[in-house]
Amino acid sequence: MQIYLPIAEMSVDVLLLLGLGAGVGFLSGMFGVGGGFLMTPLLIFIGVPPPVAVASEANHITASSVSGVLAHWLRKGVDFKMGAYLLVGGMVGSSAGVWLFGVLSELGQIDLAISLLYVIFLGIVGILMAQESVRTILRRRHHPGPAKRIRQPRWVRSLPMKIRFHKSRLYISAFLPIGVGAGVGVLAGLLGVGGGFILVPAMIYLLGMPSSVVIGTSLFQVIFVTANVTFLQSVTNQTVDVMLAFFLLIGGVVGAQYGARVGARLPGEQMRGLLALLVLAVAVKLLLDLVITPDDLYSLQVLDRVE
Amino acid sequence: MTMRRLVLPSLALAAAFGALSLAWTGARAQGLVADLSDHFVAITAGFTGTDVLLFGALDEEGDVAVVVRGPEQDVVVRRKDRIAGVWANADELTFEAVPTFYAIAANRPLDDLAPRPVLERNQIGMRNIRFNAMEPDVTEVETARFIDAFIRIQKRQRLYSDDLGTVTFMTGRLFRSRLVFPSNVPVGVYTVQVFLIRDGEVLSAQTTPLNIDRTGIGAEIFLFAHRHAAAYGALAILSALVAGWLAGQIFKRR
Repeated sequence: MQIYLPIAEMSVDVLLLLGLGAGVGFLSGMFGVGGGFLMTPLLIFIGVPPPVAVASEANHITASSVSGVLAHWLRKGVDFKMGAYLLVGGMVGSSAGVWLFGVLSELGQIDLAISLLYVIFLGIVGILMAQESVRTILRRRHHPGPAKRIRQPRWVRSLPMKIRFHKSRLYISAFLPIGVGAGVGVLAGLLGVGGGFILVPAMIYLLGMPSSVVIGTSLFQVIFVTANVTFLQSVTNQTVDVMLAFFLLIGGVVGAQYGARVGARLPGEQMRGLLALLVLAVAVKLLLDLVITPDDLYSLQVLDRVE
Repeated sequence: MTMRRLVLPSLALAAAFGALSLAWTGARAQGLVADLSDHFVAITAGFTGTDVLLFGALDEEGDVAVVVRGPEQDVVVRRKDRIAGVWANADELTFEAVPTFYAIAANRPLDDLAPRPVLERNQIGMRNIRFNAMEPDVTEVETARFIDAFIRIQKRQRLYSDDLGTVTFMTGRLFRSRLVFPSNVPVGVYTVQVFLIRDGEVLSAQTTPLNIDRTGIGAEIFLFAHRHAAAYGALAILSALVAGWLAGQIFKRR
């Protein structure tokens, strides 16, 4: 059954949208990630214009993160104070990201920017995760025992304006969560991702937060940041397609349930290894698209749509 | 489904020919009458593209060319170049007010229809569309490359088409043509031009407007998003929160 997406101005098969939602939902349920980094490239791949894909995916992530954050809140897995500092940066960063998106679109370089940023960030995160999971698996095999406590880099500990975060049992500079939030916010505005795949590692390795509050707090920040992106994209570019977001959500909630069940049966380090492979696969695919000579060197963009 | 699609235009056709024969004396002055089975194409939520039937009559035998032009818009054409190993947009050319949709149909190949200057003057055939490049200091060869690319991309998206020979004569003087609009057709006011050509000269031309617009829920969403952008954004967030929460609740019960 075909459905006409009013903002994307194209008609797509409903089953394709539900399938995409379910597939990405399955993976995100299994690995506990938002899945924006998979969904946005896939939407662009099926022909959704990049501005609509990025803006609508932000809207979709808001929806798919709500039930997760509620569940973590009930389990007291959200550090609201840390979340608030992350958000200060996140709001500024995501607003800057949306603004940058507009500038790059005008220059005709937004597709390139999106692809390059994906390749860089997915590549870095994928390699780090793969290294870590391989190391953990090897260590388990030789010396079973608890993993070493993560120590922050020295420059991180020497930053000024230290604040106590009770829930995370941390005493760190306020600039850290604000900076991390801002960086991830820019990516959310530009790439149509929640940014969990950057935020979670940053919270663990850079801020040194305990893993019990990492997921809940990152979801808390992601909801507000993607809501901000949704709002700003609506106001400045009118590119949020609620119909698209709706069908992705329907497929997504179903897929996530099954994904979570499968994920519960897999050991942590193997899961992180698999996720690393998935992330790297997306990065390699996008990199190949950038370096392989395209079928058509030309592209076109219609200006000032008269309505 | 197919039966209904066939029966409705046929009925419209029969009724229109009745009307045509009544109005025959008035039409004879022009030598050409033509009309469409619909003057409005509604893009609904289930829109997958549509056909509009064009039909008409000539008072004497001749050739017929049909040109459908979509709303005009400025278009940037960009060309990628390898920069530091990566393909990136480098050169660009902007064309002023080009038709976003163009379809040509005729009862015989364009070259047999009329000499080139005649076709050019009337912009019959997509190679004869007038392109105005906004950058003045680009060579003619370069401009032609960008025009070729524009037409190629539009054809790939099925927004430009030249399926010649799709004007068919039923008797010597009654003709019809099926105008095909794909699902990604731009909205706006279209013009359908019908040319009567005899001995390589355009004897008469008739222009009929065709309006393509969204209707139903899609139109409401589009208009709301553009007219009340802030409220749309706020509602999009609110509905995402509610839908996400509801979805979570439904699965928790199971």
